Amino acid sequence: MNKTYRITDCSLFRLIVFVIVPLIILIRCAMQPTSYITGIVITMGIYIVLAASLNLINGFSGMFSMGHAAFMAIGAYIAAFFTLAPQVKENMTPGLPAWLINLQIPLAPALLIGGAAAALVALIVGFPVVRTKGHYLSVVTLALIVVVRAVIDNQGDITHGSRGLTGLPAKSTILSVYIAVVVTLFVLYRITHSDYGRGLIAMRDDPVAAQTLGINLVKKKISCFAISAFFAGIGGGLWGHYLTTISASNFYFSKSFDIVEMSIIGGMFSLSGSIPGAMFYTIVPEFLAPLESGFNLGGIRLPTMFGLSNIIMAVLLIVLIIFRGQGIMGTSEIILDTWFSKDTYLAPFRKEEYQRLAGVFRKKSS
Amino acid sequence: MINSAYFMSMLISGLKLGSIYAIVAIGYSIVYGILRLINFAHGDIMTIGVYIILMLMNQAGVPIPAALLISVAFSVGVGLLIERLAYRPLRDASEETTLISSLAVSALLQNMLQMVFSAQRQPFMLPEALRTTHKIGIVNLSTINIITFISTAIFLVILHLVLTKTRIGTAMRACSENLRAARLMGVNVNRVVMTAFAIGSGLAVIAGFLLAGEYKTVYPSLGFVPGLKAFCAAVIGGIGSLGGAVTGAFIIGIAEMLFAGLVPTTMTAYRDAFVFLLMVIVLLFRPNGLFGGSETARS
Repeated sequence: MNKTYRITDCSLFRLIVFVIVPLIILIRCAMQPTSYITGIVITMGIYIVLAASLNLINGFSGMFSMGHAAFMAIGAYIAAFFTLAPQVKENMTPGLPAWLINLQIPLAPALLIGGAAAALVALIVGFPVVRTKGHYLSVVTLALIVVVRAVIDNQGDITHGSRGLTGLPAKSTILSVYIAVVVTLFVLYRITHSDYGRGLIAMRDDPVAAQTLGINLVKKKISCFAISAFFAGIGGGLWGHYLTTISASNFYFSKSFDIVEMSIIGGMFSLSGSIPGAMFYTIVPEFLAPLESGFNLGGIRLPTMFGLSNIIMAVLLIVLIIFRGQGIMGTSEIILDTWFSKDTYLAPFRKEEYQRLAGVFRKKSS
Repeated sequence: MINSAYFMSMLISGLKLGSIYAIVAIGYSIVYGILRLINFAHGDIMTIGVYIILMLMNQAGVPIPAALLISVAFSVGVGLLIERLAYRPLRDASEETTLISSLAVSALLQNMLQMVFSAQRQPFMLPEALRTTHKIGIVNLSTINIITFISTAIFLVILHLVLTKTRIGTAMRACSENLRAARLMGVNVNRVVMTAFAIGSGLAVIAGFLLAGEYKTVYPSLGFVPGLKAFCAAVIGGIGSLGGAVTGAFIIGIAEMLFAGLVPTTMTAYRDAFVFLLMVIVLLFRPNGLFGGSETARS
């Protein structure tokens, strides 16, 4: 067989680029928990969870939700109720039931409870939401953000109102966040490759045809909405335990738009897209930030301009969707295929993988 | 017992808010009707207009009517520029893509305003002459209220005439009926879309002026939430229908003020949430809005 291989087809190459290099970076960051770069990498991990869960609903089910911030808020607050110290809760949130005030549990179960609460809310609001179509659905999910914010701001004895919750344990470390990233991506990857996921894609591509093949559209839409909300809740919980101080304003329109934008940048039809999307969204502003404090342009000293990096990001986004509407990854799942395939990890022990890699380079040089 | 004067004043406030929403909702509705695009930047064009007026009045001492005219002209230019640069290249793209583009434009405009005018809230006071109140029957009306009502009515009538009597109006209605068929019949779609953006942007500035006079303050994200509410109004009325947008706007304006005025004070903070819930409830029973027909498949 004389098939020509591209370098991205080589398991060994994929192992190095998508597994070993990121792992080294993560380990380096984990060893310096207080460094600035570690903070960026943690934020990136949380954004990956959020963007991937949004991709499930926006890319795979054909609904276009913009209400992720609402589910994040629910996840963050519920998780915080379980991890805050009892004496803190007595002062800040006296409206909680007594058993909850005295309860303090580790981060992982708290996140799961937060996610479950978000999923429950999604199930309840799902019935009216999925009745609407297209843009109407987007606007209804935006409305959800407003409602959640109003509730949080006005239930002062439970949520401490607009002053927000403070003193959350800073438990979102490299380790906990990236365990959540891998678990989330694995579950979503398996979902999209199951019967259920194929049904979702069928529904997205042609709802009527999908229905004639026995797919219950309403059930599918609501369940998909709830799964997505579950992971949004977990992402919100992680975000809360990274910030350690949360209020409803952290989970408003702009947060939702951020997630939608990174999902679009990475490519919403691919779960792998959440990774380059989140990277783009966390790393590029870091390079743009110095511009805001003024810089020299051809000998002219430009003044400080706050918001400049946001403006450049917005322009980049518009340019990107005009010239590459499908996002960075398109429909490719190359990153997750690499992560969750046995072949990748067996590659170093197979002789033909080395030969294949060598073959690719030989062809290039000739 | 709530006395009738209090109720009437609430109703008048609701009508005033409804008029402002109506002017904004029309802009949303026309553009959405033709392009199936929720133009999130619409609310921000409103804010730009207000800042221009503020600048002209405070720094150049331009009288209000002239400031308003210049601001309308400027904002129409901004609206057309946005259409040309951010929306026209995406004319054949999916609905979601254009939606994201409009979100990006909205972020762009808000950040630009923040960069140029700073994020600080700035006072926006209407001149004394516009704020004097007149007692008519049992209610108090300020001059600006009266101007709001009259100007809304005039704009609606003019717009109705434009849409039904002129050539471009007929073309606009044809495009919102079926964009592709209209193009095949020789309608210049770009011109229609530009007209829609021009009308929408111009009206948005007038609404922004009235709204800022109401809030007495200006800040970069001023227009976003009112813009969203106006969109809700257009949705409630059935998007694409002019009468629907206006009716929806008055329903929302009056419902919002009555809610704020009649529920106990602990609940008044739920005002915005109430407006959006109202829209969700309407959509539950009438998925295409109150006056929207059945949405037929569009190419």
